[in-house]
Amino acid sequence: MSTNINMLIVDDEESVRDSLYNWFIEDGYEVGCAENASVALNMLEKKDFDIILADIKMPGMDGLEMLKRIKTIKPSAIVIIMTAFATVDTAVQALKDGAFDYVTKPFDPDDLSHLIRNASKQIALSSENESLKSRITNLEQVEDLIGSSEAMQQVLREVQSVAPSNASVIITGESGTGKELIARAIHANSPRKFFPMVSVHCGALSESLLESELFGHEKGAFTGAVYNRKGRFEMADNGTIFLDEIATISAKMQIELLRVLETKSFMRVGGNKLINSDFRVICATNKDLKKMVDNGTFREDLYYRLNVVNILIPPLRERVDDIPLLVDYFIRKYCNAMSRNIVSIEPAAIRKLKEFEFPGNVRELENMIERAIVVGNGKEIRVKDLPLSQESVVSSSVESLDELEKKHIQLILNKYDWNISRASKALQVDRVTLYNKIKKFDLKQPD
Amino acid sequence: MKLPGITLIAIGYFERKMLDALADEVSNEYHTDVYLREEFKDLSPFFDPARKQYNGNALLKEIESQYALENRKTIALVTVDLFIPILTYIFGQAYLNGRTGIASMYRLSNERYGLPRNDELLFDRCVKELVHELGHAYGLIHCRTLRCVMLSSTYVEDIDQKSMHLCMECQKILGIHDHKK
Repeated sequence: MSTNINMLIVDDEESVRDSLYNWFIEDGYEVGCAENASVALNMLEKKDFDIILADIKMPGMDGLEMLKRIKTIKPSAIVIIMTAFATVDTAVQALKDGAFDYVTKPFDPDDLSHLIRNASKQIALSSENESLKSRITNLEQVEDLIGSSEAMQQVLREVQSVAPSNASVIITGESGTGKELIARAIHANSPRKFFPMVSVHCGALSESLLESELFGHEKGAFTGAVYNRKGRFEMADNGTIFLDEIATISAKMQIELLRVLETKSFMRVGGNKLINSDFRVICATNKDLKKMVDNGTFREDLYYRLNVVNILIPPLRERVDDIPLLVDYFIRKYCNAMSRNIVSIEPAAIRKLKEFEFPGNVRELENMIERAIVVGNGKEIRVKDLPLSQESVVSSSVESLDELEKKHIQLILNKYDWNISRASKALQVDRVTLYNKIKKFDLKQPD
Repeated sequence: MKLPGITLIAIGYFERKMLDALADEVSNEYHTDVYLREEFKDLSPFFDPARKQYNGNALLKEIESQYALENRKTIALVTVDLFIPILTYIFGQAYLNGRTGIASMYRLSNERYGLPRNDELLFDRCVKELVHELGHAYGLIHCRTLRCVMLSSTYVEDIDQKSMHLCMECQKILGIHDHKK
């Protein structure tokens, strides 16, 4: 019946220590003995003991004082207080101070066996609990948040700082920058992490669907509502609700949302019972909400209610230093997922990636690397494996038609090595027009 | 593998026939010789008037110092009620992987519990206690196998639930598994 539980016996009477020592080693426990509290505390600093049986009356520090000290060193330790003279007061005090049990000497052998069995069960449960918690933490860990650039480090600092609070957060950033990942990181680092994070993509749902999705509905509330259904706010009780594309919700939904945020209570569609839910709200948008408030398309009161903290995620083109790290991470991620050997990437490919605009941001880079691993030679990602052809470069920074035209003509000329005939054919303009455009945009053949 | 021999010291008045039978059972279980020795020892120095019981720790030390021999396991069988300071009573105890053990018949008889005398049951219980304590002396710890004699017993009813024998695992630990085939 060998166990891996370590036990410490603290008693000034040698005969008690010996008796308990012999009893427990026959049960397969690893047992240590200490003749007073200070020896015991020294032993506890050097070794991890799971169960501590301590006499209450000892010269120097007594058992109750030692119990308090032990609880500061190892709060999970199970301390059983033994006494020859039980009083209700000391028993109550011991239990208040965190003792697992309080027993009077001498014990009935069966009581001692039960006591230790219960303590062992408690240890097993605590350890199972810890292991489950750590598994949840691992599940919730947001590994995809990669970035050593100052811009990204600032975002991560903001995440760390805002996570423990209950403050509403708006995450702003271009499409593909990882707004949901940031929301997950906030949730995973918050005290709400053991409860769900519920995501709602507001942009994907019509007004009526969104209402039913957020608040739930009662059976028969509308055609097709054949069952009662919990809404996302209800599901996010004690956890976090993530409202993606918040800028797309209608004026009516903005009012509804504001009311729910203020009262933390709502009714299901078709229901008449008020439901309370304790959730934290995190929103994301790629729009400028302040501008929307100014032009009257987003409610000001809702904006201020949501915008307690604003985290702005920089686009990838503004943090090109993160590209090698991200590439390395995605290579490992997809090679592992595809059970392939880890491939390398040629320096020229990295250079090209750094020059690329990435209108689709990190999501685009990720897709690019995944594709390159699939189509590549299995050893190294080369420039030609990356879909970096200029066709895909439609920079989000290009706003005027003139600029777009200039870039497109340059692209086609480069593609046909400045062969005017072939380029004009591809552009479906005559050669004269093309020459005029080259002159107008001051285009030059690269060296 | 042959285990070290056993010296069974009977302290008090016992029927010789019963002692011989106990020695035979123990010898069969451990496949080693058992030397039976009868002693009429004064146990009054171990009596605790406050508890009206005999101090098992002190008695175990006495057996160790007076009777234990190198390369043998010595177990004393007594008729008095034993205790250790922390427990209200014990059926017996031994030094784990040591040379000495003690076992008491006091709480093994039915009469202690207001039940009719049953010599056969008393004998079985006595064998189990001796084999159990000797198991500790040979280095075995408590076993979880329900029928194994090394299962921890805190009530006499627990003793009745287990067999007089070591389970296969405990036999393997002692290296006496082959003898059973």
